[in-house]
Amino acid sequence: MNRRETLKALGLAAAGTGLLISSCGPETKTNADKGATVKVPEKLPGVQDFEQERNNKLNAEHFFNEHEMATITVLADIIIPKDAVSGSASEAGVPAFIEFIVKDMPDHQIPMRGGLKWLDVQAFKSYGKAFADCSEKDQIALVDQIAYPAQAKPGMQQGVSFFSRMRELTLSGFYTSEIGVKDIGYVGNLPGIWDGVPKDVLDQYGFTMND
Amino acid sequence: MASYQIKENPTVYDAVIVGSGAGGGMAGYILAKAGLKVLMLEAGPFFDPAKDSLQLRMPWESPRRGASTIRPFGDFDAAYGGWELEGEPYTTAAGTDFDWFRARMLGGRTNHWGRISLRMGPDDFKPKDGVTDEWPITYDELKPFYDRVDRMIGVYGTKEGLHNEPDGIFLKPPKPRLNELFIKKGAKKAGVMVIAGRGAVLTEALAGSEGRGTCFFCGQCGRSCKVYGDFSSSSCLVIPAIKTGNLTVLDNAMVREVLTNDEGLATGVSYVDKNDLQEYTVKGKMVILGASACESARLLLNSKSAAHPAGLGNSSGLVGRYLHDSTGSSLGGFLPQLLDRKRYNEDGAGSVHIYSPWWLDNKKLNFPRGYHIEYGGGLHMPSYGYLNWVPAVNHLVPGKDGQKKAQGGYGQSLKEDARRFYGANVGMAGRGTALARKDNYCEIDPAKVDKFGIPVLRFHYKWAAEEVAQAKHMQETFQSIMHEMGAIITSNIPGPDSSYGLETPGKIIHEGGTTRMGNDPKNSVLNKYCQSHDCQNLFVVDAAPFVQQGDKNLTWSILALSMRTADYILEQKNKLNIG
Repeated sequence: MNRRETLKALGLAAAGTGLLISSCGPETKTNADKGATVKVPEKLPGVQDFEQERNNKLNAEHFFNEHEMATITVLADIIIPKDAVSGSASEAGVPAFIEFIVKDMPDHQIPMRGGLKWLDVQAFKSYGKAFADCSEKDQIALVDQIAYPAQAKPGMQQGVSFFSRMRELTLSGFYTSEIGVKDIGYVGNLPGIWDGVPKDVLDQYGFTMND
Repeated sequence: MASYQIKENPTVYDAVIVGSGAGGGMAGYILAKAGLKVLMLEAGPFFDPAKDSLQLRMPWESPRRGASTIRPFGDFDAAYGGWELEGEPYTTAAGTDFDWFRARMLGGRTNHWGRISLRMGPDDFKPKDGVTDEWPITYDELKPFYDRVDRMIGVYGTKEGLHNEPDGIFLKPPKPRLNELFIKKGAKKAGVMVIAGRGAVLTEALAGSEGRGTCFFCGQCGRSCKVYGDFSSSSCLVIPAIKTGNLTVLDNAMVREVLTNDEGLATGVSYVDKNDLQEYTVKGKMVILGASACESARLLLNSKSAAHPAGLGNSSGLVGRYLHDSTGSSLGGFLPQLLDRKRYNEDGAGSVHIYSPWWLDNKKLNFPRGYHIEYGGGLHMPSYGYLNWVPAVNHLVPGKDGQKKAQGGYGQSLKEDARRFYGANVGMAGRGTALARKDNYCEIDPAKVDKFGIPVLRFHYKWAAEEVAQAKHMQETFQSIMHEMGAIITSNIPGPDSSYGLETPGKIIHEGGTTRMGNDPKNSVLNKYCQSHDCQNLFVVDAAPFVQQGDKNLTWSILALSMRTADYILEQKNKLNIG
């Protein structure tokens, strides 16, 4: 089989690359800021029955309450806001992803639930309100105390741990979404030919075709 | 009707094969092509990469974004199974470790493996250092079979003329990625050899490989290939063998025992059908085990009879002994030169583009044998956790404005960090020779059965000073390469308290040695054709017959040995010695 036949066998020769990307199945719903659940994809060929059943079961359960989801959404959008290049974490469905992943990985549950509570207690002590109800300025002032591990005051270390976890989950959710993959500039997952590093890039780093 | 009965299939097959991975697949392929009627039992479901691969799926098509909650190598990886299987436990003796990876599916672990296809060398078969026992065969005896495997399945690489890293019949290798060019340069300065990778991927059309597509460079061999552009036993051996009309696959068939007659010859196997949980037996003129090194040993040990009181083929007492995996240790970092790098598709092939074969003389070292190095990093498809490292290291280099940032952060600044660091990561992992020792072994746990009522394995495996010294050397080498290439190390550098990052036994998924071959029946389980010394119509064709693997990933040697055994079976059959 030559390469053309290979692509034909994949059903891609006629379809072209654009279709390939858009045919990659349902995106997660982006109205997650309302606490919507992740839309678990239809069972893909090759996914075992027990895997799909588990996904469906997790998806039907709820872990975070409405207030927690609202706080997660505020935090996620502080961590990944909309900018000139791409949308925000909530636009990319990150809160719904976090709701799913804490059910999938229960080790996240106590640190996340407790961390959100910790944050509300801090907000209440400083500003007399839950974190999500604080002004943007006050929210940022609090986040600044827990977003930089090396600078955080001793009493804020629990917050640092929580924020680091929340940041990692947000990064995971965002950069694996359609919006995030486009932002980061991953342009692979397409049938093609690998013929080595492009010439202009070789030149940029002082390499030659023979390296 | 009795509540317990065994259903007998009256057909007598020429050969009954247990397992459909590299070993079982190759034996089945050769025998079926030669016209033998073959029955292959597989403990998992049928799997055809053309239909069942999750190749080309984007991360958002997994609700956990490719995380490893269910499948140990992530949602898209083509291994059904893992370190723990529900209802199929194993145990470890106190003070010892072993992690046992099992893939239950047609083609077994060959559906997801790294396709790194290395031949063992002359010194691996006949060690000059006297540290481990010799194989009963030489490299030259196996070479014609390696050659046939190369021609039949396809492997890319470059001819290097290295004594203990024999060249094959190679397709053209994929060119290095950008980070690999830096690795080559840095490694050279550190005195470490780097050559083109050797992978079972069709980088160009392979003559005679009917029905297989060529690689289209998605870099996802681990998901198995829909166009059969890489080697999986399912796509390249078992499915073609089925097409001959001579091989029948019984899937979801968990084999309980090898059955023997009064003379001690194998007559077939008994198994549980996972669909109906009923007991069945099938008959064969010979039985070939390719269930994986530990599963084949387990089967033999569980097949006791008057003729084989210690377990089938175990008169030597060595079934389960000499269990050995590879050593493994790794280190990660990033290349500041690659911050804000240009984006383009560098998925490449799903096996390694470059690697370092063992390059040193052990006379000058405090451990025997060696390791090879595999390298990683670059502009890959993001998945769960993929960019977690960025906020942990963003303070280590000045930003675009020349100012250093505080570690961590959020917002616009974090988004810029993600864009800046993406693709600048670099990693390296050593895979080395772990010595085959009699005292590292698996046996039947006297007190425990799995959900089918089959007694389970208990492992006894401890690393010794040689493996720890090797891991220490790996870490020193990695640091030296990182330094020479100007990389910043971001992993915690493992020290003596963690045995220098030495992975626990089993973790590299290269286990072998449990029915080793040899010329002396007192000192080995199989003869040099992988035929039982005690039972002439019983063969083992997975990694169990290995006397001692080199630092070469063992699949290519399993394929060559199984092909050789299948040829021997055909030859013996013609001479009417068996079957």
